Amino acid sequence: MTTISLDAARTALADACREVADATAADAVDGVPTALVARPGSTEETAAVLRAAAAQGLTVVPRGQGTKLGWGRPPESADVVLDLSRMDRVLDHAAGDLIVETQAGALLGDVQQTVGSAGQRLALDEPVPGGTVGGMLATNASGPGRVAVGTARDLLIGCTVVRADGVVAKAGGRVVKNVAGYDLGKLVIGSFGTLVVVTEAVFRLHPVPAARRFLTVPFGAPEDASALVQAVVHAQVVPAAVEVEERADGSGTVGVLLEGTPAGVEARTATARQLLGAGTEDAEQPPSGWGVLPWTEQAGSTGLKLTCALSGLAPVLTAARRAADEVGVQLTVRGSGGAGVLYAALAADAPVDAVAAVVARTRAVCTEHGGSLVVLDGPAAVKAGVDTWGPVPAIDLMRRVKEQFDPERRLAPGRFVGGI
Amino acid sequence: MSGTHGTQTTAGPVLGDTPPEATSATGEAGDNAAGIEAVGRVARTVMPETGVIADPTQLRTYECDGLAHYRVTPALVVLPETTEQLAAVVKACADHGVPFVARGSGTGLSGGALPRADGVLVVTSRMRTIREIRRADQRAVVEPGVINLDVTRAATGEGYYYAPDPSSQQICSIGGNLAENSGGAHCLKYGFTSNHVLGTELVTPQGDLVQLGGLAPDSPGYDLLGTVVGSEGTLGIATTATVRLVRLPEEVRTLLVGFHSTDDAGAATSAIIGSGVLPAAIEMMDALAIEAAEAAVHCNYPDGAGAVLVIELDGAAAEVEHEYALVERFCQENGAFELRLAIDATERALIWRGRKSAFAAVGRISPDYIVQDGVIPRTALPEVLRAIAELSESSGVRVANVFHAGDGNLHPLVLFDGEKEGATEAAEQVSGAILDLCITHGGAITGEHGVGVDKAAYMPKMFTDDDLDTMQLVRCAFDPGNISNPGKVFPTPRLCGEVPGKRKKAHPLVEAGLADAF
Repeated sequence: MTTISLDAARTALADACREVADATAADAVDGVPTALVARPGSTEETAAVLRAAAAQGLTVVPRGQGTKLGWGRPPESADVVLDLSRMDRVLDHAAGDLIVETQAGALLGDVQQTVGSAGQRLALDEPVPGGTVGGMLATNASGPGRVAVGTARDLLIGCTVVRADGVVAKAGGRVVKNVAGYDLGKLVIGSFGTLVVVTEAVFRLHPVPAARRFLTVPFGAPEDASALVQAVVHAQVVPAAVEVEERADGSGTVGVLLEGTPAGVEARTATARQLLGAGTEDAEQPPSGWGVLPWTEQAGSTGLKLTCALSGLAPVLTAARRAADEVGVQLTVRGSGGAGVLYAALAADAPVDAVAAVVARTRAVCTEHGGSLVVLDGPAAVKAGVDTWGPVPAIDLMRRVKEQFDPERRLAPGRFVGGI
Repeated sequence: MSGTHGTQTTAGPVLGDTPPEATSATGEAGDNAAGIEAVGRVARTVMPETGVIADPTQLRTYECDGLAHYRVTPALVVLPETTEQLAAVVKACADHGVPFVARGSGTGLSGGALPRADGVLVVTSRMRTIREIRRADQRAVVEPGVINLDVTRAATGEGYYYAPDPSSQQICSIGGNLAENSGGAHCLKYGFTSNHVLGTELVTPQGDLVQLGGLAPDSPGYDLLGTVVGSEGTLGIATTATVRLVRLPEEVRTLLVGFHSTDDAGAATSAIIGSGVLPAAIEMMDALAIEAAEAAVHCNYPDGAGAVLVIELDGAAAEVEHEYALVERFCQENGAFELRLAIDATERALIWRGRKSAFAAVGRISPDYIVQDGVIPRTALPEVLRAIAELSESSGVRVANVFHAGDGNLHPLVLFDGEKEGATEAAEQVSGAILDLCITHGGAITGEHGVGVDKAAYMPKMFTDDDLDTMQLVRCAFDPGNISNPGKVFPTPRLCGEVPGKRKKAHPLVEAGLADAF
């Protein structure tokens, strides 16, 4: 907080919101200290906080449970943390219509429990446990199940948002099929809190399958992993997930999830076992580490997200391994080979220039294969010394969108691509 | 016979054969003639003479899209063959403040490709190359003028297809699908165009070329692609689309089920969905729609049915087997009196022919009709169908119902005879009242046909001024000059501040009282 008075800010926010507190060290956003925490209980109160912040010239960072607050770049400033954890209600589960309406601060786990009572699910994995609906939307978090059902953009059918100027707006609605107006929900997903504050969301749901089976098979080289993935995706076994894991020693496993009716899963398991070949095992429970982001298992490590066309899987795995070996950094990879979205961890003790080298070399290969590489999480020194988001096509257009929605750069400034 | 949409209260131009009055949606012929002239000069330097049409008679060929009662003759038509040509024309439009409208095959049903009398119509039908079928990546890269069904045809040999299947898929273009976020019968299970377009090369309204998304998912940055898909040509023109190819299912079973009433058919639909079965499609037709389809294509649907369901199950054979048994049971439990399973592709095609011909078929039983497109929560189906029946009875206007029952997307066909005094107005009133029903039941004013020029006036019934203003922030980021298909989607344009070097005085829309400056 540079040009404004803390007292004035506190008074203004307290007029807008019942729960306002002085921040503690634990409220820092990715190492950036914050002064105040406002916990609005409604969309209206959120709007009032944002209006007060605008009047006082305060920067604002939205937060759910804070499980992914360290993703992206540290904000340039975070005067106020807008904590949505009080807005934690599942507002309406219309089971017959297969939709759920929730507040943004609702825990994803609570949403699943509510809809699960009717045999339904919000078909989104939770790669970092304990998070909220809003946090999942802000970071576009996804997991193994994206192969079959997709990601938040395929499931969000409506949202209520508050703009940086405090204006409340809705987009979409409560029906699955709807082409009236712009789909602002898609714009908001993965925007890291830099565009608007989401306060409510409506999702389409899916039935919970009666049966599921996890198949795993070891592979020796990236080309083998690619061959296994290709065999499964081009078959007609309709996989719910096709995972690839490559451990620090270079050994790896391909995992396939089949979901459906008991008889159907049984038959498809037999087909898939043949495709995957000798050494395939199957189980009703997920193998250890299934869907877990590799860097969350090693404190202080650097977390990367790598994407590529499916045919780029082997080249990307090879490039990452080679680059890591050359600078002597330990690398683990896990992710969706079936979707072309991988996550990697570089060990905590890796020097910054070594991380930068691995990022640059692997990014080039991801790009060559139609994808990208971003550094999602990592120690402050790494984030400071590495081009974390990398080159972004259409960045000028993105800046113009930001300029329209948040011309004063009030919301999480600097956290997103190109310093947005 | 003719098909129309809309009500008297639409923001669009006046219905009828006479040239429409100039409105904010159509522009005025002769306006900015120097600008049009300049764009024409640029177009002739970058593309062959045959790609530039300025002859008044030829221009009239393009005066409407699939919503034929709205007609506006464009000032100029261009048919680029390459991205570079298209971008050069758009750039010229931006330089000279000339509005442009993109058009693919012109099959849209909301007037989204209605030309501007003061603008350029950019037709993508000569950009028709399927550039790549990338089986290993489950993707195809195609140009905007490529016909929807041709993508599937090109991929079938590899065991793949393109899932979104609007009824017009034999003639509609991928570019148009992208603009409208087109659906189709099978989007119940497989989603809409927005779920299947992974990337696009876009010519922005300022004439710049940008790549949004690509072969891989989750491009870093804002999901501009997700916003562009379904923006009805108001955020630029797509010059390529990278689309998802879906593996052909191991088994497909198509059933035709006869019921005594739409209530029974609706109850069966709810039972199926409620059980956790997700069919590829569940389509319903009521008695009047069946009568029309029989008259048109002799589809031989069950005699005396008050409603039929067309249900398609697809996927792994063992799953389909199980689902089929459930579906059969739920239909029987809810009063089905006849159930037919198509045993081969020919029988399947026959079942679908009745459904897919339904819109055109009502022409056999009524001289004129309005195709409506609204959405309701599926559980509200019985209530809304009864309300539509009451509306029909009290007004004396016949309504045939054809719809995607699985996702609550209604297509009531409002029948009338335009020759009869007052009949058009009565039909338009019923059509509008049906949309009101959708809104009061928490639904949407369009599920797949788009807002276009036809329903812009309805947007404020579904969205507040703040909602619409917020959407238009995106518009202002992409198109500060408001030249990309202006007048569509939004009832009132939002002015985006000064466009450098374009206007010296107040915006003409402000002067005319048609827009507010924010």
